[in-house]
Amino acid sequence: MEASFDFWTHLPAVIPELLLTVLAVVVLLLDLYGGKENRRNIAFVSAIGLAAIAVTPLIWGPSEQQVFWGGMVRYDLIAQIFKVMIIIGASITCLMAADDSEVGHKGEFYLIVIVATLGASLIAAAADLIMVFVGLETLSIPLYILAAFRRDDERSSESGMKYFLFGAFSSGVMLYGFSLLYGFTGETNIYTLSQAFPAAVADNPLPLIGALLMLLVGFGFKVSMVPFHFWTPDVYEGAPTPVTAYVSVASKAASFALLVRVLLAVFPVTLVIGQENLQTLWVNLVSVLAIVTMTIGNVLALRQTNIKRLLAYSSIAQAGYVLVGVAAMQSQSDYSVASVAFYLLMYTFTNLGAFAGVLIFSETTGSENIKDMGGLSRRNPWLALGMTIAILSLAGIPPAAGFFGKFYLFTAAVNANMVLLAIIAVLNAIVALYYYLIVIKVMYVDRSQYDSQSIALSRSTLWVIGLTSIAVLLLGTFGAQPFFDWAAQGAQALLAL
Amino acid sequence: MEVSIASYIMLSAVLFILGAMGVLLRRNAILVFMSVELMLNAANLALVAFARHWGQTDGHLFVFFVITVAAAEVAVGLALIVAIFRTKKSINIDDLHELQG
Repeated sequence: MEASFDFWTHLPAVIPELLLTVLAVVVLLLDLYGGKENRRNIAFVSAIGLAAIAVTPLIWGPSEQQVFWGGMVRYDLIAQIFKVMIIIGASITCLMAADDSEVGHKGEFYLIVIVATLGASLIAAAADLIMVFVGLETLSIPLYILAAFRRDDERSSESGMKYFLFGAFSSGVMLYGFSLLYGFTGETNIYTLSQAFPAAVADNPLPLIGALLMLLVGFGFKVSMVPFHFWTPDVYEGAPTPVTAYVSVASKAASFALLVRVLLAVFPVTLVIGQENLQTLWVNLVSVLAIVTMTIGNVLALRQTNIKRLLAYSSIAQAGYVLVGVAAMQSQSDYSVASVAFYLLMYTFTNLGAFAGVLIFSETTGSENIKDMGGLSRRNPWLALGMTIAILSLAGIPPAAGFFGKFYLFTAAVNANMVLLAIIAVLNAIVALYYYLIVIKVMYVDRSQYDSQSIALSRSTLWVIGLTSIAVLLLGTFGAQPFFDWAAQGAQALLAL
Repeated sequence: MEVSIASYIMLSAVLFILGAMGVLLRRNAILVFMSVELMLNAANLALVAFARHWGQTDGHLFVFFVITVAAAEVAVGLALIVAIFRTKKSINIDDLHELQG
């Protein structure tokens, strides 16, 4: 490989990452020399820059050759899809942050968001344990800073601290799992690892099971899977709202991309150690975790009074639904992987819309209580409409995109003969309806102390809510099939190892 | 005398468990950080030992990246401790209970 290394064939695989680095430097310089009064414009520079970078994976798409940079990166269609998704999420986050009175005028905020996006974009295509670790930490460390961004606010620094403690611990466990995988095989490339397993561990699957569990700790933390979800509600509530939105979409999408890739590549269906088929093992494990995650998320969401905390538990439950799709990957059908990718795509727009609404609401009233949202439909009908679309999508009601998202996921489970899992997931979705619809009812029917106070929407928020609402409605109607087909092609690329 | 790979791995496992228990049992934020570092370095020791066992440099390479990342992590972690200490005058992690429910 070294003999015929051609820089220009390897370049397209990392163009988004290179441009993100350039954008980070530009933002840094703008913050330094741009003058105080122009600080807020950095938000728009970052948002437009990120939106432009989100197009680059489409222009320089995956080619015949898929492994680049000495096996560090595998740039295939599924990586392309996730990169576009992640960078668009970051772009909308920056646009949203422009209206946050505490972080919006700080240039370094956008810088850190861009660096985190760089890490997220890297792990969407990572094909080597070293790359996975570096990418995950490039994503995580900036997020610790972002969560604690309001330094003088006790709740913000507390949330940063909790995020950091959980994150550092779980990445330590995951790293030990990596070192074991390397030790068994002498390989760090996740696509060649599994071939060396049988020779390494003979007939004893226990060491591999240990490594698998350690990996799941690290990934489970990132996607807020029960029992590694304890940080989620605290971080979602304490962190500045744009950060919460970012953690719930871009960070989660990237981590799921990585989880799917690593599970399929390192523990493939062909791997049988002794009597134990390791894929059956992780499928069973992930199924149980999916059930626990969605049930706990939904049950705890029922009694929340703070809208950000409610969305936190809702995001735990949503992670549980996605895990249903991950467990369904045992059928080796592209349908299940595609359903995961589609769900994360629609979830990106849905959650960004919901959090943009929450941001404007709490900026104007200073409250995050659900009961204070009473009469929102009279204070600003467009805001209430945008939030309603987002919440309907979270609840999975057509014509919002969440319906097709859940439909594909649960169909994948049924296709994989996991009917019980699908039934439990549907029951959970019904429980979740209750707390989602309550929010809508409060907005349209109830009254509150702020009833007479109208809420103004700035132009950037109008863009965010408008764009996400249109995307959600589009993905829930005409857009569903084309995007699902796109994801299915990506899934074939992932499964054809 | 040649030290066998098993001894290295045993040592790294002991260090890792000590670190993990430190994270779970200690209440002082600084000590928790030190325990996390112990976990990372246990993994580093295992990586280097395995690299020697396989006669490659991949493990060494990995360790360099881990050391760099750990340094960045500590910088952020200590900054967070300072921020917490400014508002709370305490770095006991049991005192972090503003957010609950």
